[in-house]
Amino acid sequence: MNIAALFSDRRWRWFAWGAVALLLLALPFITEAVLGRSWVRIIAVSLLFVMLALGLNIVVGFAGLLDLGYIAFFAVGAYSYALLASPQFAVHWPFLLLLPLGAAIAAVFGILLGAPTLRLRGDYLAIVTLGFGEIIRVFLNNLNRPVNITNGPQGITLIDPLQMGGFSLAQTHSFAGLTFSPVHNYYFVFLVCAALTVALSLRLQNSRIGRAWVAIRDDELAASAMGINTRNVKLLAFAMGATFGGVAGGLFASFQGFISPESFQLIDSIMVLCMVVLGGMGNVAGVALGAVLLTALPEALRYIGPLQQRWFGGVLVDPADLRMLLFGLALVLMMLLRPEGLWPARRRHAVKRNTDGG
Amino acid sequence: MAADILLAASGIRKHFGGLAALSDVSISVRRGEIFGLIGPNGAGKTTLFNVLTGLSAPDAGSLVFDGQRIEGLKPHAVAGHGIARTFQNIRLFGSMTALENVMVGRHLRSHTGVLGAVLRTRAAVAEELAITRRARELLDYCGLAARADDFARDLPYGDQRRLEIARALATDPKLLALDEPAAGMNATETAVLKALLERIREDGITLLLIEHDMKLVMGLSHSVAVLDYGEKIAEGEPETVQRDPRVIEAYLGGGFV
Ligand SMILES: Nc1ncnc2c1ncn2[C@@H]1O[C@H](COP(=O)(O)OP(=O)(O)OP(=O)(O)O)[C@@H](O)[C@H]1O
Ligand SMILES: [Mg+2]
Repeated sequence: MNIAALFSDRRWRWFAWGAVALLLLALPFITEAVLGRSWVRIIAVSLLFVMLALGLNIVVGFAGLLDLGYIAFFAVGAYSYALLASPQFAVHWPFLLLLPLGAAIAAVFGILLGAPTLRLRGDYLAIVTLGFGEIIRVFLNNLNRPVNITNGPQGITLIDPLQMGGFSLAQTHSFAGLTFSPVHNYYFVFLVCAALTVALSLRLQNSRIGRAWVAIRDDELAASAMGINTRNVKLLAFAMGATFGGVAGGLFASFQGFISPESFQLIDSIMVLCMVVLGGMGNVAGVALGAVLLTALPEALRYIGPLQQRWFGGVLVDPADLRMLLFGLALVLMMLLRPEGLWPARRRHAVKRNTDGG
Repeated sequence: MAADILLAASGIRKHFGGLAALSDVSISVRRGEIFGLIGPNGAGKTTLFNVLTGLSAPDAGSLVFDGQRIEGLKPHAVAGHGIARTFQNIRLFGSMTALENVMVGRHLRSHTGVLGAVLRTRAAVAEELAITRRARELLDYCGLAARADDFARDLPYGDQRRLEIARALATDPKLLALDEPAAGMNATETAVLKALLERIREDGITLLLIEHDMKLVMGLSHSVAVLDYGEKIAEGEPETVQRDPRVIEAYLGGGFV
């Protein structure tokens, strides 16, 4: 019996999921003991990227709309949170209000991006979304004059952590003999949110809405002839994807305590897209895996620097360059060896057809 | 007998640049009949289907379907009024299974939104069950029950054509428009198709049929219209149309009998 069968088998199911849950709960403590606290931070961040990648997967993987500006929604969520929970405007709204608000604002931006691009597909859509991502970043960079809203390139500091009553995730807590440092606290919050994102993605995928998305991806014209309102269904994909990004952005802002436009660049959009494509477009589990791997890989490659010293007795290539070089090489290799992603969708992509009738 | 008319297209014109794909074409399809649309290659048959189903807007003319004007409507709105179609070059959702293709056809007649899907409300679960059940019925109806879990693009040609019919039927159409459903089929498959089309009509759905297989279309249709170079050159009962000298000439001129 293979592992996947274990999860669908009636008798073993609870056991299998229980084991996964236990592992995920113990993971930060094991990681801290083995690799150190910086790696707990890395796996926490990887969970944020799971949320981002799954959001983008709705747009690109399900609905087949190539979006190169996705990080803009992450930025919108992050800034929505930061502006309303920091000394910037001296307001400190509760996160239970701000996270849904950030999601809603991101969704509106999703529709703002989607509406003018409804007729575009493929390369053209990619270019427009790329421009959209850059516009948002440029705005964030420049909305400090004449009225200072975003504080420009300096970014926003002293953002409130997630807190409720007197309980703050930014403090260290002890519970049942375990020490929960702030990264541990955030890890668990992110874990819950990422798990919710996975569940939402799966439920959407296996629904009337999910089928409509895949239908317009496979053949937009046939989908419309079958009664699917392609405009609404596409806007819904943009809005849903943006929502995931917006929530992740709010969590990111509270976790970091500091954000600036520099965190939301084109390269970040491309990174998230790589996670989707490399993981296996359209397959929720594959995309989540891609997000974790691509967050961890560049970090792991940091160890190359010291190794170089040990093996060659000196620094031959600048460690930062070498790291990106190896990262790029790893991406190329992965795509060559598994062109459909590490864990491909059950349904392969349909061959593109032209769009005239008949 | 206006009440008898399900679809009335009048004065439909469609030009592509200098090419008159349709010039003032009028047809009227009676409720419950099989209406054949024939003509040589490039006569404008598919163009008329595209205009009828909202895929391309006519330059002039009106379409009245079941008492309502539908020209210029978006394809999904036309489908909502009760016109479903198949495509001459098959356009299935290739990465979906046969069953899922038919389930997509139920989109129009179901309502679950994001909230229902995410929360798995009782109504959403019930609707999803109903969609699946209906889709299986339709696969069975079209003789594809054994193919439910195969990917659409992996199906043999004849099955793909019938799957398009099943998907179209899933929208609960009043009028089913079929663009060369027998193209590429062998004699056995064509016979099965013929029986299927007759059964669909008996179940109360009006059929509009483009077909090059003369035996099939003349055998099935109650009325036939003939297009040639974008003009309607004949309309009437199959026997009359077949003897029409203009029709004979059009077909002989096109090297086609
Ligand atoms: N989108 C388009 N742009 C330009 N010309 C077109 C377009 N669609 C169809 N035509 C032209 O209009 C004419 C009618 O085409 P149509 O596809 O309607 O013919 P048809 O009767 O369906 O032929 P066939 O039996 O070969 O399917 C043809 O000359 C075709 O080349
Ligand atoms: Mg044609």
